[in-house]
Amino acid sequence: MSDQTGNGNGGAGDATAKSFELKVGLAEMLKGGVIMDVVNPDQAKIAEDSGACAVMALERVPSDIRRDGGVARMCQVEIIESIQRTVSIPVMAKVRIGHYLEAQVLDALGVDFIDESEVLTPADEEHHVDKFPFRSPFVCGARDLGEALRRISEGAAMIRTKGEAGSGNIVEAVRHLRTVFGQMRSLQALLPEEVPARAKELRAPLDLVQRVAETGKLPVPNFAAGGIATPADAALCRSLGAEAVFVGSGIFKSGDPAVLARAIVRATTHWDEPEELVAACRGLGKPMEGIEMETLAESQRLANRGW
Amino acid sequence: MVAAGRHSRPAAELRVGIVSVQGAVQPHAAAIARAGAAWAQVRHPEDLDDLDALILPGGESTTISKGLERVGLYEALEAFARSGRPVLGTCAGAILMAREVEGVPVRSLGLIDVTAVRNAYGTQVDSFATVAQGELEGLRAIFIRAPRLKRPGPDVEVLARVDGWPVFVRQENALATTFHPELTPDGRVHAALLELAKKRQQ
Repeated sequence: MSDQTGNGNGGAGDATAKSFELKVGLAEMLKGGVIMDVVNPDQAKIAEDSGACAVMALERVPSDIRRDGGVARMCQVEIIESIQRTVSIPVMAKVRIGHYLEAQVLDALGVDFIDESEVLTPADEEHHVDKFPFRSPFVCGARDLGEALRRISEGAAMIRTKGEAGSGNIVEAVRHLRTVFGQMRSLQALLPEEVPARAKELRAPLDLVQRVAETGKLPVPNFAAGGIATPADAALCRSLGAEAVFVGSGIFKSGDPAVLARAIVRATTHWDEPEELVAACRGLGKPMEGIEMETLAESQRLANRGW
Repeated sequence: MVAAGRHSRPAAELRVGIVSVQGAVQPHAAAIARAGAAWAQVRHPEDLDDLDALILPGGESTTISKGLERVGLYEALEAFARSGRPVLGTCAGAILMAREVEGVPVRSLGLIDVTAVRNAYGTQVDSFATVAQGELEGLRAIFIRAPRLKRPGPDVEVLARVDGWPVFVRQENALATTFHPELTPDGRVHAALLELAKKRQQ
């Protein structure tokens, strides 16, 4: 990053050498796992000891961002560094949508994955970060196939459906998973000459839409996030096609985080085995409080951020 | 999820189990399918019955280790390896197969006399792809937050190296790579596993 010119294009200097296959490769390694939001090294340690495949460092978990309001930004550098020193699993961190300077800071810190996230307050209401030039891979949220493919066309190496972060309510995650997978299935039913019109409808690049029409899946791993609060929620997302799950406020806002964290890890691995799920659902403390969607004004819905 | 193809198995077809606790299961399954063998997920000890070979995939070694412990798979995997059937471990899988592990407190199976050092190359920004040196000519190797293998014992055969470090090793029926053969179309590492399985069948 030493030759960074700051030309407003989000470029990260010589980092272009870091090829896309390495970025997607790490996303492949995280499949079948649980990525947990943490705000300090102690929580990161609990997450790792509970079997998390990665942690997401942030200043406040989404439910606190929702409660306290204000501008939510990238996590403090010292917190990220102390978490990196504490755990051996990958450390992710969030940047505001379009804030490529925050992304450059995380890239320079050697963060393993950057989440350009609607959970933080957007920095740019028109442009997402150009993600290709960075060394760190990026994950981005999506509510539908078009949004997912737009993020991939900008260089995202992983997609997570957005759900509604900090709500403790799985309904939006389910909606987004069903939308993305339903749109992929319907693409596969099209004749080749019908695909361009669909690409226009989806507002997504034709080459990526054609690829999905051929393969029936996204060209990068597809995880779920937003509102997962119980082992059964995690298993439901897996059952709907998510290859791994992000759990934000759900774990450390519950009565017994270590127990719930282990249970969600277990349910994510054994999502299609009822006996294992029963065992995972046993002996859990009090889950986080949930929010009904009807009580959330459109302006308070984090999933509406990003385009 | 690709169906594991438990049905319609020709008598001579090799059947490879892939430990499916966490990690990159699908790319290994695709590589095994390309090589003409059947595959099945392994999540419980009873899943090991009726398998000719086994793969411990890449993923997060701490996560996989805890998952193995929870379902009692460590003992079953040790018994599987003792039976002489071949086992391939890649990246995190290589860590779990080593005699000793540095940098992270995970229990390993001790199938190969090496010391594995977790995250020895750094974080994801230090991940890289290169061509390995060894008997497999032009072997393109992808390293993702890779471990390093140190101090190979006298019974360990080093099949490929990068910068002098062993990246593909074998000890009897155990194979391990610190790179990801499942992420490239090369196929020779998986072929080596199936070759060992075939020899044992004959």
